[in-house]
Amino acid sequence: MTELTGHRPEGSTQTEVTVALQINGKPVELLVKPLTSLLDALRERLQLTGTKKGCDQGACGACTVLIDGRRVLSCLTLLVQCDGRQVTTIEGLVAPHGQLHPVQAAFVQFDGFQCGYCTPGQIMSAVALLEERQTASDAEIREAMSGNLCRCGAYNGIVDAIRSVRDACNGSTPGAL
Amino acid sequence: MRDFAYVRARDVGHALGALGERANSMLLAGGTNVVDYMRTGALVADALIDISALPLRDIRVDQGSLRIGALARMSDVASHVSVKKFFPVVSEALELSASAQLRNMATIGGNLMQRTRCPYFREAGFACNKRRPGSGCAAREGFNRFHAILGGSEHCVATHASDFAVALIALDAVVHLESLSGSREVPLREFYRLPGETPQVESVLQPDEMIVSVTCARVPGATRSHYLKLRERASYEFALVAVAAIIDAPQGIIASARIAFGGVGTVPWRDGDAEQALTGCAIADADALRNAAKSALRGADPLRDNGFKVDLGRRALVRAVKAAGGGGQ
Repeated sequence: MTELTGHRPEGSTQTEVTVALQINGKPVELLVKPLTSLLDALRERLQLTGTKKGCDQGACGACTVLIDGRRVLSCLTLLVQCDGRQVTTIEGLVAPHGQLHPVQAAFVQFDGFQCGYCTPGQIMSAVALLEERQTASDAEIREAMSGNLCRCGAYNGIVDAIRSVRDACNGSTPGAL
Repeated sequence: MRDFAYVRARDVGHALGALGERANSMLLAGGTNVVDYMRTGALVADALIDISALPLRDIRVDQGSLRIGALARMSDVASHVSVKKFFPVVSEALELSASAQLRNMATIGGNLMQRTRCPYFREAGFACNKRRPGSGCAAREGFNRFHAILGGSEHCVATHASDFAVALIALDAVVHLESLSGSREVPLREFYRLPGETPQVESVLQPDEMIVSVTCARVPGATRSHYLKLRERASYEFALVAVAAIIDAPQGIIASARIAFGGVGTVPWRDGDAEQALTGCAIADADALRNAAKSALRGADPLRDNGFKVDLGRRALVRAVKAAGGGGQ
């Protein structure tokens, strides 16, 4: 494990820190300033631009990714705090031969977006939600997705998409409710 | 964001040592508040001491008492089976806070130490005595619908943002602190400081101390407690008014009540007057509860835009007491 004890030598304005983590199953090592967010590292250093920067202040959810399987906001996560951890982004959901994740497919089928900017965050959040509560009610889906804002107002389609995957996982007909 | 040095703490001792090594160091846990406010410039630190990986995440419920490690995540406490069963007010307050993503990141120690969401604190273009002592308070004459009606001073009327702290204050929780010179316990009711002349000083936590855990002893009625939060949208919003109600009413008559308000005070607001007035009331007697609620929020001193909080708070109290006491909503 990399020694992460940063220090600021006399006359220098900053210290860079080496961070080693896994992103979508691949090991990655980056030398960054401590102030670098996970979001900026993904987009600016690794060209993983599927994760979107909306508000950059933890209010919109567009930057949602999974760390060790839990949904978090990458704009408020410093990359230095991700050392040794597993990050999954929207790019990591697609199967190797290009097949969409069931939640991605459902967003397409049920019109879960309009402009698409919030969609990667919505989908990552929905994937985590369906792991957290496989039997979430419609009200619980709305509550559990409240951290993802959609300015186009595609909320009904988003709930329809999530409900269909929930029902498919539980063996009933998608969209039956 | 301004550059800062980063130290990953190996253990509590290392964290406390690093904290003392350099002036203007801050602890970093979940980062949801610190990273956000460092980006806006509301917080400035030369070094962040990262304690997020330290093993202070235990959640224990034992014979009706509760102990939560400072670095337990909000989501882990909220979904903990025994917390839900024995301290529903805690679980509900957490579930009604922030969003699922933020609850997965934010720690309970960080939650207690979070800074106000007063928009004038956040934005560097406005006067704010918390951000720049002596610069004035833009909220007093500004848009102050969300501000405090209790505990304010001419220097600050910002509300305390935590729901969790409101539930804990009602439960007489104790905060456990450590520094290199030892450890001490502080009742949460004595932990927060009213703004007075020095609104930038928000608690009795010293610069060389850190929170390591929070505990609550067994409290009558805790298993039937309730947290009611009223806000301007259905979810993912701070409270206009919130009520933590712990009601012990074995035969439908209130034997003891513990009441705390959120969204109304500059600190989480325990309301002894309301508790006294509610004692002896029948849960089923709505008139008696409404009458008792008139004693709540005594001394409220509303600003231009937030006078509605007095009536809203009293009505919320009645609803929360009914729900906690088993009388339905």
